[in-house]
Amino acid sequence: MYKLTNVTKDYPKGRETVHALRGVNVEIPDGEWMAIQGPTGHGKTTLLQILGGLDRPTSGSVDFDGRHLARTREAQMTKVRASSIGFIFQTFNLIPTLSAQENVETALVPLGVSGASRRARAAEALNSLGLGDRLRHLPGELSGGQQQRVAIARALVKEPTVLLADEPTGNLDEDTRDEIIGLLEKLWQDNGLTMVIVTHDSSIARRAQRLGTMRNGKLTVKQTV
Amino acid sequence: MFFTYIGRELRRRMRQSIFIAIGLALGIGLVITVTAASAGVKNAQASVLHSLYGVGTDITVTKAPAAGSTGNGFGFGFRQSIGSTSRPKAGSKIDNNTLSAGGTLASLASSNVTSIAKMDNVAAAAGGLTLNDRMISGTVPALNFNGGGGGFSRGGSSSGGSGNPSSFGANFNINSFTVNGVDIANGELGPLSTGKVSSGRTFTTADNAADVALVDSSYATQNKLKVGSTIAVGNSKNAATNFKVVGIVSEPAGDNPADVYIPLGVAQSLANLKNDVNTIYVTASNSGDISSVASSISKAVPGSTVTDQNTLASEVTGSISSAASLANNLGKWLAIAVLIASFFLASLLTMAAVTRRIREFGTLKALGWKSRRIVFQVMGEAVAIGIVGGVIGVGLGFAGVALVNKFSSPLTASLASNTTGSATPGGARNFGGGGFGGGGGGGFPTSGTSGGNPFRGAFSNAARTAGTVTEHLHAPVTIVVIIVAVGLAILGGLIAGAFGGWRAARLRPADALSKVA
Repeated sequence: MYKLTNVTKDYPKGRETVHALRGVNVEIPDGEWMAIQGPTGHGKTTLLQILGGLDRPTSGSVDFDGRHLARTREAQMTKVRASSIGFIFQTFNLIPTLSAQENVETALVPLGVSGASRRARAAEALNSLGLGDRLRHLPGELSGGQQQRVAIARALVKEPTVLLADEPTGNLDEDTRDEIIGLLEKLWQDNGLTMVIVTHDSSIARRAQRLGTMRNGKLTVKQTV
Repeated sequence: MFFTYIGRELRRRMRQSIFIAIGLALGIGLVITVTAASAGVKNAQASVLHSLYGVGTDITVTKAPAAGSTGNGFGFGFRQSIGSTSRPKAGSKIDNNTLSAGGTLASLASSNVTSIAKMDNVAAAAGGLTLNDRMISGTVPALNFNGGGGGFSRGGSSSGGSGNPSSFGANFNINSFTVNGVDIANGELGPLSTGKVSSGRTFTTADNAADVALVDSSYATQNKLKVGSTIAVGNSKNAATNFKVVGIVSEPAGDNPADVYIPLGVAQSLANLKNDVNTIYVTASNSGDISSVASSISKAVPGSTVTDQNTLASEVTGSISSAASLANNLGKWLAIAVLIASFFLASLLTMAAVTRRIREFGTLKALGWKSRRIVFQVMGEAVAIGIVGGVIGVGLGFAGVALVNKFSSPLTASLASNTTGSATPGGARNFGGGGFGGGGGGGFPTSGTSGGNPFRGAFSNAARTAGTVTEHLHAPVTIVVIIVAVGLAILGGLIAGAFGGWRAARLRPADALSKVA
């Protein structure tokens, strides 16, 4: 699925250059669940953005299913994100003016799915996550756990091959955290997803197949099982 | 999704949306009001020019008399007036009725009418003869050397002077009126073109050589004339001919009409001006040709004064001119300034809104939304605000126009007195001077539209064009103006949306998400 070779990422911060990634080498096979941990500011999110095609490396290569993301044009990258990669964010990032169902539909808009089909698929995704009675609720009317479930439905409704999650339980209480992680684990198993989760939570990290640790822009990976 | 998203977003930032919409609406409302007011002033100007000029007439051609010339007019001396070189004997009776062109306009050969009619881009041309009829009747009194200056009487009453009540002038009745020779074959042009026949009939081709007359309604009322009455019109030899009144004609306000209209051929014959006219009325094939036709006529008729509506318009003064200036200058620039300000404000606020939604747009990009789709979304929101602003603006515009129509003062238009080339200095309407019979200061009060003023004819052409017309402003709102106004509002929205969209398009998803991730 993924093969990263000597990936570096530098960006300017004031007069200085921040070396967010310093030669990351990693392979993530299809269907693997990998957790990434590390202190704040050591490159976890940058790595996730490069995996998701949201950013490009300064050097090195990122191979995704045979595509070189570092050299792919933006339009092509947008298509890859639209069809193959699902994102889950710590702060859910739902559109506040759209209902739960409409938020889920936003993931199908770039795929050109018709309105009726969009609505049906979004409703089905929310139903499967236990939010069938919350379709028309705005994000502000939902609890944190419910909002994250809407975000998960949005990430999975297009049936991606990869799910990238950045601190998906960071804003949730312990019970909800367990519920969300359980849900993600089940979806990973049921759908055969490749899942990369950035987390500070060791209990989550231990449930992944492999654990990567980012420190000073360098990644070390070990098996957890 | 597109429209749902727009609707929800605008509802979320309702206050800001309303603020932007009202800003655009003010600009649009001002544009409509100013445009309508400007059109109203233009209409009023056109109406004034029509009434001064004649419906269908694009150009008039006249010729100023040579400097110092009084033409074959009356002059200022009594002897000249009665056609005598010596003082008539006391007790002798005077009964003269003279028709002449006066000294205001010089003659133009009738052949000019034909040659102008044949010019390129000329639809029609007609000749006209503006004449003055003056009748003096009475008995020559004995000379009185007691001093004082009596004036000519007017309707039998003495005017001016402090001398002997049995003054020279008091013995004479003097009546004067203006006569227009009308080119019947081209009746749609010329002095009768603006008039309406209120009773009787107008001229027909059978009247070409007939002693028939149309009389202006005011003059008819003043002199108790009606259809079937007769009116005496003089000739160049002081003899009168009776004309049968066949119609009463009403001219629009401000037209300063002639008192009597007779067939051109008859007028030429009576005034001994065969083959002469002193005004040529011309209609161009279309309005775009007026300037070129005027230029051609100037070359073809040397020494002539060619007047078109633009010339006339430039000489219109009074509040109508001030209003036109206000609408065209201050109003236009004010509307443009408000429009630019509202566009600028809308753009700034839209960009600010995009900045606040960076995370939202970053998320959409992460979900695979193309930049173009996000730009359309932002522009759609801005255009929706523009449409709302346009609709409110149209309402404000109508309200503004209603206020203008309701509260604007009537517009007055004054036209300089020498616009048709009168050689009379200043086109004076009051011409004082020494009276006969002594050293006092008798005068000829010439105000009024008719009466016994012997000099009125001499200034009649000036008087015809000199005058003040009052027009009520009616500012029209046309569908074109509404469409343009709404179009401007949408343009404002597009500009604002373009700026906002440009900012959204430049957004890198990683940067946007790094704000929160």
